[in-house]
Amino acid sequence: MITKFQIAYKNLLRKKIRSLLTLISIALSSWVLISLLGFNQGYEASLNKDIDNMGFQLMIMAKGCPYEAATLMLKGGTGLRYMDESIMKDIVREPEVDRITPIMMSAVFDPNKGESGGISAYFGVEPKSFAQMKPFLKFKQGDWFTDENGYETVMGFEAAELEQREVGDVILMPEKNVQFKVVGILERTGTQDDGTIFVPLQTLQKIFHRTNEITTIGIKLKKGVSSVRLEEQLYKLPDVQIVSLEQVKDTIMKLISTAKIMVLSIAVIAILIAMVGVINTILTSVWERFQEIGILKTVGAMPWDIFELIWIETLILCTTGGILGILLAFILAGLTDMAMRFLLPYAPGGGLVLIDLKLVVITLAGIIAIGLLSGIYPAWKAGRIRPLEAIRGEVGK
Amino acid sequence: MSTQNASMEAVNLTKIYSRGSEKVLSVNDVSFRINAGEFVSIIGPSGAGKTTLVNLLGCLDNPTSGTLRLDGRSIFGDSQNLSEGELTKIRRETFGYIFQNFYLIPTLTVMENVMLPLTFYRKAGTENESLRLLQLLGIDHRKDHLPSQISGGEMQRVAIARAMVNRPEILLADEPTGNLDTKRSAEIVQVLRELNRSVGLTIIMVTHNQELARHADRLLEMVDGRIRELDLSGHAPSEE
Repeated sequence: MITKFQIAYKNLLRKKIRSLLTLISIALSSWVLISLLGFNQGYEASLNKDIDNMGFQLMIMAKGCPYEAATLMLKGGTGLRYMDESIMKDIVREPEVDRITPIMMSAVFDPNKGESGGISAYFGVEPKSFAQMKPFLKFKQGDWFTDENGYETVMGFEAAELEQREVGDVILMPEKNVQFKVVGILERTGTQDDGTIFVPLQTLQKIFHRTNEITTIGIKLKKGVSSVRLEEQLYKLPDVQIVSLEQVKDTIMKLISTAKIMVLSIAVIAILIAMVGVINTILTSVWERFQEIGILKTVGAMPWDIFELIWIETLILCTTGGILGILLAFILAGLTDMAMRFLLPYAPGGGLVLIDLKLVVITLAGIIAIGLLSGIYPAWKAGRIRPLEAIRGEVGK
Repeated sequence: MSTQNASMEAVNLTKIYSRGSEKVLSVNDVSFRINAGEFVSIIGPSGAGKTTLVNLLGCLDNPTSGTLRLDGRSIFGDSQNLSEGELTKIRRETFGYIFQNFYLIPTLTVMENVMLPLTFYRKAGTENESLRLLQLLGIDHRKDHLPSQISGGEMQRVAIARAMVNRPEILLADEPTGNLDTKRSAEIVQVLRELNRSVGLTIIMVTHNQELARHADRLLEMVDGRIRELDLSGHAPSEE
């Protein structure tokens, strides 16, 4: 026996180009939809990971100073503010504080970076306290600095890859014409640390003539302790700002919400276009087969059978298109990630587009549901065709 | 193969069409009876109302007035007003249709076209009917071909097999040889004749070819919407 599925499938093959074009439009919608939904969850996950991987929950910096590398880059390495290291003594006494680490950020213009040069960020850190804050940092090669005043550097995974450096190589800090020996290369973390060049704090202070000055203090709180009282206390310190990373996350998420709305609107438009495409394809196909549908009715098809037949065609198109779109999303995830990074004002490290099984199921179910919805009208029209009118070709023509 | 064949009775059957503002009396107060197992030919010139009549008999169209009974059961008239769904059920349980233009589904193979009715409705014991009919009609060697790959005569045989696959009680054939040459036309009518004789299938065939019509048991002629019975030589009994 021939099944309704076989009849529907063979009919779709009749107009291969038209079916293919419809399939492509559905696949593209599915790709856009899953990529954007994947971006929605991926961005937040990466941001959370980024913030968790900073290793500290609070940061203190001089008022007006950018508080992480991406913002520093965005500002072209300008706008750095400094505070005195002595402030650390007050902070470490606070009961909520588990440990702290001083950081000095600096940026130089590297004419050899990219096509027209770019900003390179250097982080001056104390390896002992910094490593304790970030126990997840693992070395691909080498280790932390051997000399706190030495001209040594530890490079993040991507920074080393970009510069093509190995342990033992030497890198040059542009503008300052200072050479650093690479003593360690970190494994990939999926955070902004991957693109960072770490040097000993005191060395960086010396190079930039900022002895005893730092830009940032990272504070790790004791487990389960609220930061509210501590933040109030820290605000009493002169000329500093306190950044809670939870607050940073909220700010970035707010910043990104406009972009999210925009991309979701694009997804909705893409879906609407695909829906119209499906309706058009199926409806055209129904009108073209007007007589055939009449004949199906004379050989015993009930209106529901015809409705089902047309609906199966829609289902085949949408399921195939949906699956193709999802595959495309997996294949082009890297490209989507790059495009998003290009378009967004701030992007955390790690994958921006996170597509998991749940999202695949949701997208496929959504595309099929939308397809079936689009198929209702053509299927209903087909189900209402009267056999005699069809055979005479009265309405179809 | 056995079928439970049905009789048909038309009483004062009338069909008026609207063509713009004009009313066309296509079937005019027609009454006749066709007994179970009969092979009846309806002849007449073009526009006489033959196709309209056969569409009414096959429940594909509703009469303007009059009564149509199938095995004594009213389909139209006698205050009976069946829904489209009920008519579809009657159509698929009772009738097999053959048309001049074959109307095979071009994307399906010969075998699939024959099996098509079974997708929607299947009478018990019809599992192997498709292949058996193709063998009976001598086109089993074409079962995997598409309609575009076979001749007109073969296409009509496929259409006959499709009409027969669910073991209908009445076979309605509207100009089944209209698109065929003389040799193929004679073969098709011969096939119908054999089906009628072997299983006692009731056949109502519309044709404009008097020669072919004479292969039937009875001859009805339609002229200007009216019907009259002729003998097989083509003369009205009163003319003798």
